[in-house]
Amino acid sequence: MNAVIGKERNAAVRQNRKEKWKKRFLGSAEKRGWIGSFVVYALLIVISFIFVYPVLYMISRSLMSRSDLLDSSAMWIPSSITLHNYESAILTMDYWNSLLKNLYLAVVPTVAQVLICSAVGYGFARYNFPGKKIWMGVLILAFLLPSQTTALPNYLIFQNLRMIDGTIKPFLITSILGQGFKSTLCILIFYNFHKQTPQSLIEAAEIDGAGHIKAYFRIALPLATAAIVVVTLFSFVWYWNETYLVRNYLGYGTTRATGLTTLMLELNAFEDSYASAYTTWASSVTSSDRINDAIRMAGTVLAIAPLMIFYFVLQKQFVESVDRAGITGE
Amino acid sequence: MSKKQRNPHDKRRLTKRMVREWGWGYLFVAPWIVGVSIFFLRSMVQSLQFAFNRVELSNGVILHPLENGIFENFVKVFTTDVNFPMILANFGIGLVLQLPVIISFSLIIALLLNSKIRCRGLFRLIFFLPVIIATGPVMNQLSAQGVSSVPMVSQNALLGVLQGLPEFIYEPINNLFSSLIMILWNSGIQILIFLAGLQKVPRAMYEAAKIDGASAWETFWKITLPSVKSLILLNSIYTVVTLATGGSNEIIELIYTATYTATQGYSYAMAMSWIYTAVVAVILIIVFLLLKEKSDRKVVYEQKRVVMKGV
Repeated sequence: MNAVIGKERNAAVRQNRKEKWKKRFLGSAEKRGWIGSFVVYALLIVISFIFVYPVLYMISRSLMSRSDLLDSSAMWIPSSITLHNYESAILTMDYWNSLLKNLYLAVVPTVAQVLICSAVGYGFARYNFPGKKIWMGVLILAFLLPSQTTALPNYLIFQNLRMIDGTIKPFLITSILGQGFKSTLCILIFYNFHKQTPQSLIEAAEIDGAGHIKAYFRIALPLATAAIVVVTLFSFVWYWNETYLVRNYLGYGTTRATGLTTLMLELNAFEDSYASAYTTWASSVTSSDRINDAIRMAGTVLAIAPLMIFYFVLQKQFVESVDRAGITGE
Repeated sequence: MSKKQRNPHDKRRLTKRMVREWGWGYLFVAPWIVGVSIFFLRSMVQSLQFAFNRVELSNGVILHPLENGIFENFVKVFTTDVNFPMILANFGIGLVLQLPVIISFSLIIALLLNSKIRCRGLFRLIFFLPVIIATGPVMNQLSAQGVSSVPMVSQNALLGVLQGLPEFIYEPINNLFSSLIMILWNSGIQILIFLAGLQKVPRAMYEAAKIDGASAWETFWKITLPSVKSLILLNSIYTVVTLATGGSNEIIELIYTATYTATQGYSYAMAMSWIYTAVVAVILIIVFLLLKEKSDRKVVYEQKRVVMKGV
């Protein structure tokens, strides 16, 4: 009798254990099983690799010496790390000089853009005024149409004003008037965000005697910190990366010797500046001085390095802000 | 101010207050209105004028009417540059092929990032990286190195099958695979938008579904997907706009060079850019019509949203 009970109990225990393992592998309603976790992490790691691969490639290539480039066994890890490529790239791009010019050209319009777009977004979100629908329509239209159609007439405006002289003027004027690079998107982000700010909060402040300006600066703006972080980062990135409009506003003939420049423009012209730079450095150009992939990659790394630093510094705020920024356009 | 409202002349006071509101509204929006009038509306009109006239540059811009019909510049674009229609078609097909890849991919990543995982911060850091560095010159440098395609994936088998297709279909598909990384790199902001949307779906809804015995699969189709459906449309439009205005675009380069080429000039370049704008607009309209929610479902969806907001 006892034996039978024992057998039954054993069977029950075994069954129980089986269930437990099955649960661990396949998961249950409450918890993902091992297989599920495996799939999720495998996907994440594979996709992460796809995303990071070009960056890793860039960095590893840029540290390779000439012999490593030709050696197929040194596909990934350089046999000896050399900073020679960076020296060449720095000379080619006139790096420190160009970097300063680029920072000036990116930071100033970014600040103007954030300030103006926030105010405009607030104006659309908070107030009702006649013609608002029409202006919102224009806003959407400006967002959708490719800016290439207006780029040439805008260029002519600045040319008539004699402002295409390699200075910051066209960038500053457009960003102050809410027409900077992708300003429309910034305005839409701020619009969505300010829309979420409870109207009652602002009205309460106004009842307490705060004026419209004060209500904006004291209440709406501090509540929009998340949007400010997102827009600042994006604007900086856009100003840093844009080449077509930058070339337009700086003027076709402007070089880094005569006016402002950006690292992306320098990267575009890398090949030519390397060739001309080398003929002036060395009286005889030997084949070993010719440009190679490692030098090009070093130039690319240098061009995006400031963005990476900026991103890593701001990333915590950025990732948190994204959660709250409501850039979902609802 | 609120005390003053409660007097007999309530109505008049209210309108006065409203006028003041209008004034403040316009004050906040004023810089943008000035800017958009000068740099967008006026420039749009001018570029249209350029496209339909002959432009002469001498101490300013002089417009001459066209001799050979009003569409002369547009005809010229198609007749002089043999490659333009081909490039335009390739761009259009490429865009249509890239769109579903980017959208589904960014949705998958957003779903993964939204699930309970470890090292979430690290993964997010990686997935937002393309937002920072996915840019024209960098992309050009990278694709010149052949980094734009995934190294391990053998494309040969697939491409062998595709080789049988006509050139104009084969080309874009080939491009799609050979620059898969670059395409995926374009999905940074889309991931952000989906993620923000997913986080707004209330937990209570998933819990209720679980109690009712819904599987994860059903939950995805019945709750998650409908919640982000409006975002799919938004993301698609955003994707088309960024791809169409991005700096690594061949047509933009063509327009730019045409502007400063003596034989082609402003009129030619503007005609070209209006053709391009029309193509982009058509693609946008198609995307919009395909993805917009049907009216009866929209009502249900709106109701659901109201309920969700209530939660």
